[in-house]
Amino acid sequence: MAVLTLRVNRQTHTIDVPATTLLVEALRDTLRLTGTHVGCDTSQCGACTVHVDGRSVKSCTMLAVEAAGAEITTIEGMADGDRLHPMQAAFQEHHGLQCGFCTPGMVMSATDLCTRNPNPSEGDVRHWLEGNLCRCTGYHNIVKAVRAGGEGMKGAK
Amino acid sequence: MSGPQGIGAPVKRKEDRRFLLGKGQYTDDILLPNQTYAVFVRSQHAHAKINKIDATAAKAVPGVLAVLTGDDVAAAQLGGIPCGWLVKSKDGSNMVEPPHPALVQGTARHVGDPIVMVVADSKAAAKAAAALVEIDYDVLPAAGRLADAIKPGAPVVWPDAKNNVCFDWHIGDPAATDAAFKKAAHVVELELSNNRVAPNAMEPRAANGSYDGANDHFTLYTTSQNPHLTRLLLAAFTLHVPEHKLRIIAPDVGGGFGSKIFHYAEELLVLWASKRIGRPVKWTSDRSEAFISDAHGRDHLSKAQLALDANHKFLGLRVHTYANMGAYLSTFAPAVPTYLYATLLSGPYDFPAIYAEVKAVFTNTVAVDAYRGAGRPEASYLLERLVSHAARQLKIDPIELRRKNLIKTDQFPYQTQVALQYDIGDYQSTLDMALEAIDYKGFPARRKATEAKGKLRGIGISTYIEACGIAPSALVGALGARAGLYEAATVRVHPTGSVTVMTGTHSHGQGHETAFAQLINERLGVAIENVEIVHGDTDRIPFGMGTYGSRSLAVGGSAIYKAVDKIVDKGKKIAAHLLEANVSDIEFKDGNYRVVGTDRVKAFGEVAFAAYVPHNYPIDSVEPGLEENAFYDPKNFTFPGGTHLVEVEIDPETGVVEVADVAIADDVGVIVNPMIVDGQAHGGLAQGIGQALFEEAIYDEAGQLVNGSFLNYVMPRAADLPNFKVGNHVTACTHNPIGVKGVGEVGAIGVPPAVINAVLDALAPLGVTDISMPATPEKVWRAIQQAKGA
Repeated sequence: MAVLTLRVNRQTHTIDVPATTLLVEALRDTLRLTGTHVGCDTSQCGACTVHVDGRSVKSCTMLAVEAAGAEITTIEGMADGDRLHPMQAAFQEHHGLQCGFCTPGMVMSATDLCTRNPNPSEGDVRHWLEGNLCRCTGYHNIVKAVRAGGEGMKGAK
Repeated sequence: MSGPQGIGAPVKRKEDRRFLLGKGQYTDDILLPNQTYAVFVRSQHAHAKINKIDATAAKAVPGVLAVLTGDDVAAAQLGGIPCGWLVKSKDGSNMVEPPHPALVQGTARHVGDPIVMVVADSKAAAKAAAALVEIDYDVLPAAGRLADAIKPGAPVVWPDAKNNVCFDWHIGDPAATDAAFKKAAHVVELELSNNRVAPNAMEPRAANGSYDGANDHFTLYTTSQNPHLTRLLLAAFTLHVPEHKLRIIAPDVGGGFGSKIFHYAEELLVLWASKRIGRPVKWTSDRSEAFISDAHGRDHLSKAQLALDANHKFLGLRVHTYANMGAYLSTFAPAVPTYLYATLLSGPYDFPAIYAEVKAVFTNTVAVDAYRGAGRPEASYLLERLVSHAARQLKIDPIELRRKNLIKTDQFPYQTQVALQYDIGDYQSTLDMALEAIDYKGFPARRKATEAKGKLRGIGISTYIEACGIAPSALVGALGARAGLYEAATVRVHPTGSVTVMTGTHSHGQGHETAFAQLINERLGVAIENVEIVHGDTDRIPFGMGTYGSRSLAVGGSAIYKAVDKIVDKGKKIAAHLLEANVSDIEFKDGNYRVVGTDRVKAFGEVAFAAYVPHNYPIDSVEPGLEENAFYDPKNFTFPGGTHLVEVEIDPETGVVEVADVAIADDVGVIVNPMIVDGQAHGGLAQGIGQALFEEAIYDEAGQLVNGSFLNYVMPRAADLPNFKVGNHVTACTHNPIGVKGVGEVGAIGVPPAVINAVLDALAPLGVTDISMPATPEKVWRAIQQAKGA
């Protein structure tokens, strides 16, 4: 077992988990932050994407102990109280989600893209989302939402 | 209320907020007090006799609570997993219906067949113990692929099924079809395969079963598209516990696409194990496990012949299809290649004669059942490939050949030669719309520009039809369905005028919480913010058949309308009393009851309040309260249709096919929420293009699934797809009160043949005449090389 301190969504948690615990397991099973999803077992689908020190990471590819000390943000930490993050708002506005299962990972991945590249082209978005699978939307509206969300993020700064 | 919210309004979805905040509640998110975890040991072999199971080491793992096998299932007399549809062979005999125990008893029949269930305190302990279960197998010869299973002398999946045939069924008129072919000026033929695909909803299946000993009551959380059907099957066939002792909850479900319709063994086993150990038992599938335990889709081998007269008018169609069932018959499996496939073979065309034979075949693979489109994509693929093939052979324009043979608007209602009666459609208009949207006239110039880059360009068309909202119950019963296919709704108007709707359909991405609220807004004038749609809980909803086959709005929405009719009528009686008028003089419009021709009005909310606070009330003739149930049994299927056009660019050096453009024009009937309708079309297109270019669940001859993970099963990704041009032309369904038809499957049904027709159009100058789905770079490259060598 390993006792470690995780900083998640601006709160500090001390947890005692097996050293082999993946970050996604610590988030879902230990901290009960179930907005981060598991859609595969080969690090392909991206449903578990979170931010670690501001950068998007598939939380199934990282041990919880590796994330100790880092600033972790999950989908639950994106909204400002009742106000959706601009990327979340853009996904609703542009119907960028259907079943909602891939959505948290999409939003986390997309906000990282738009932080790095405030004006992504359609091609940039499609290329960036290589690591996030969606089975419902055909990506059409996700791409629209990401670009609109990027615009919204500029306004929010 | 801001702006219109009724039928036709593209209002934003009510359900989005919880998903965007990470507050969705999917089955695996639910943690019950004293939770335990189940892991299954599954067969590694496609066909193997089990000599011995040694669980000694597994049982010794700390935290392990139970290790259960087929013997325990047999001792507990749990029922086998039933099939919901009985298809009879040509000779009148019943299909071969093999036993399907929840855990293997004696012989495993596909890779992934569950043999042992391990339950432990933690998922880690259950996994560790499962790895220690030792199974001694005698590996038997396996029929791993459909093409192999139909060969003489193939390994036998079930001794009762001679030559592995489950049933040998037919439809249509063989004599009339023979006569049509005799007088034909042209006959064209095509052999086709429809590739096997894995559904891969992003949320893997999960089930969490809990037994309450104090009340002798079971609760199951499960990833289901139809919780009432699951309850019915558990009650009547598998768990043998009456419905009132069973609560099935399908909470937020992360996509279904058909794969979550069926009653799966794991649902039964977690409930049973929970009673045995006295604690809730949760199982969550891994993706690798999903590939070998979720029902797959498609998997047909067909021969098709088309007879035409000298003027290229269709005279007849002859089809022979082998359909893979897998090792066991899943819930809807026999219906898919029969009543959802062969009945659609007339497509949107006027065919004087059709004859189709379907042989369903057992293989040593996981079950094959409904997957988005279910039978209809197989029909449209066959027909649309065949028609384009005919155009090429006869050297005529594929658009003109279709125009000549499409059913004309004045021919509706149109009776096909394969049992269906299309109520309404306008296939010429959707064809024109799609051609306009893709700028068909500009194609030669675009082809030239592509060729200037050293690439090939092709355009492909599909004019398809489908059938949704499978019905009526009496008809499907006569065809072998073992359940009705109506839908139920309760509309509960609260004292202050807000509304709760309980629907038997289930939303797992389709946006029912919004679209169904729009129906209430349309009819009662209540803002959608004041309407709650409840689905997915058998204790809160009277009954229902769930969501599949694009039925929810056409059948479930119609049930809501029927319940609203009763609400409106009861309200009239109350309003007449309040307004001191005759009931026959009261009209209900825009949320108000009015004495016709006067300004004497009672708002709907006032009438609702009076119903619950009946101080001044017609109490002798009208009961208090304002809540109504309705069951709606549809009069016919609905028939969406349209035209899908696809342009591709192919790099002849690599064989890579790029989807350059997609333009579709569908007629899905009246549109309640255009934003949601477009989104449904987009998703279907992605799956259809996925099947056409990327996806195939490949079994080897030994019955091993070769590509059972996202590393090697190619899911469509964002960069693989273009933006979609989606248009609609509406003819209202004539037999349901909303005029809706269904949109969930149009993309998956319409687009695959358009993609392949485009690929073949691009490759035609090189002499390539055939390619099978998925048209992978390797396949395309090889076809080009072969044509060069020829």
